[in-house]
Amino acid sequence: MKDIRIIPLLHIKSENVVKPVHTEALRVVGSPKSLSTRYYAEGADELIYLDVVASLYQRNFDFELLRSVTENIFIPVTVGGGIRSITDINNALRAGADKVAINTYAVRHPVFLKEAAKEFGSQCITLFIEAKQRPDGSYEVYTDGGREWTGSDAIEWAKQAIDLGVGEILISSIDRDGTKRGYDVELIRKISTFAPIPIIAHGGAGTSESIREVICEGKADAVAVSSVFHYGELSIQNVKRYLVERGIATREI
Amino acid sequence: MNHRIVIIDYGVGNLFSLQRAFRAVSGEALIASDVDTIYSADALVLPGVGSFEAGMRGLRLRGLIDVVKNAATKGTPILGICLGAQLLLSEGHEFGVHQGLDIIPGKVLKFEGLTQNEKIPHVGWNNISPPEEVTWKGTVLDLVEKASKVYFVHSYILAPRNKEHTFGLTTYGGKEFCSIVKKGKIIGVQFHPEKSGETGLRIIKNFVSAL
Repeated sequence: MKDIRIIPLLHIKSENVVKPVHTEALRVVGSPKSLSTRYYAEGADELIYLDVVASLYQRNFDFELLRSVTENIFIPVTVGGGIRSITDINNALRAGADKVAINTYAVRHPVFLKEAAKEFGSQCITLFIEAKQRPDGSYEVYTDGGREWTGSDAIEWAKQAIDLGVGEILISSIDRDGTKRGYDVELIRKISTFAPIPIIAHGGAGTSESIREVICEGKADAVAVSSVFHYGELSIQNVKRYLVERGIATREI
Repeated sequence: MNHRIVIIDYGVGNLFSLQRAFRAVSGEALIASDVDTIYSADALVLPGVGSFEAGMRGLRLRGLIDVVKNAATKGTPILGICLGAQLLLSEGHEFGVHQGLDIIPGKVLKFEGLTQNEKIPHVGWNNISPPEEVTWKGTVLDLVEKASKVYFVHSYILAPRNKEHTFGLTTYGGKEFCSIVKKGKIIGVQFHPEKSGETGLRIIKNFVSAL
């Protein structure tokens, strides 16, 4: 079995890392640079940096802030939030990103995923799915930081995006985001069982056991964690130790 | 004195994080795509992500194929990274067969035949270790422990023709492959040292220190 990647995920608003609760309310958590430096030192395997307002307000991405954050971080960094052109991707890469996560714009213009994968390679393009469970148990795709429903089925959308050439999928459960109630294992499993590409689970990390669960039962290839890392309720090292003791390989520092 | 390290910009890949990694180990590296700068460099870095054919096309369009080959012949240290490492070999088998730089004899082959149920591309952290008869001491891998972890993203693998050019091995999905090639001062790594934390920085530092 290959190493499971533990990935701190930073929601960025203006110059701060914030904590979304059900993607609505925002609370300031800290500075992007100090948190990312801490996570790098503590053994994060990658970092995800999501600007939570860029997409919503059609605001331009703050590439200078990104540049200052990635300056001393020598692990892969995925950047998302308001990416809507080849130029945006180029700028993100120039500011230190290695991959981009695309949600809203891809939903409206799926062919953009294909163009982006062709230009930068599949390894550079991550599809970001925000999903919410419907009363009938199926999952619907949302955009704009969980505010807009699309009517699309999350599983079908994942299949389509894989055909368009994305290299990874980051799946966030809107129902679980910020709740610490554990990942939506069913949602993750529904996609990871057919996807030939890596799946990163996000939304709901609470305990080390909830992380183990989404890896073993959800078949996630990587886990993204926000609040419980930000507030120090879990540390990267403790999570990795917990997983290794239960037979799950990770990169130990 | 300061040696001139040039990162070759041939239109593929993210050169900025690589440049920053050199800066972090106090090895200022220049990004350039013109023949003169590359010709007069003390050391070359050939980065790159993307397909083999696109990589060779990028070099050809900028008139750089012979410049890089000549640099190798006259003993200029070269560090190839990911696609850049693959291009050092004779030919690539991605979307047809394409001529490589042929600095190290060998082929670049599709990564297949995994015995365990693992996904391709191979994305994430994995071990590198020297082949049995090889020591890393005093080389660009100096002070890198056996089974150190580095970051990989690839679907094709290095297959050097001569055993003595295999300088590092990695196992994924039950299959062992060559993750580092080396011939004299020419070294190619399949992983991304600029994204491999302190282990990666150590390799870059060694490359700079050897100049």
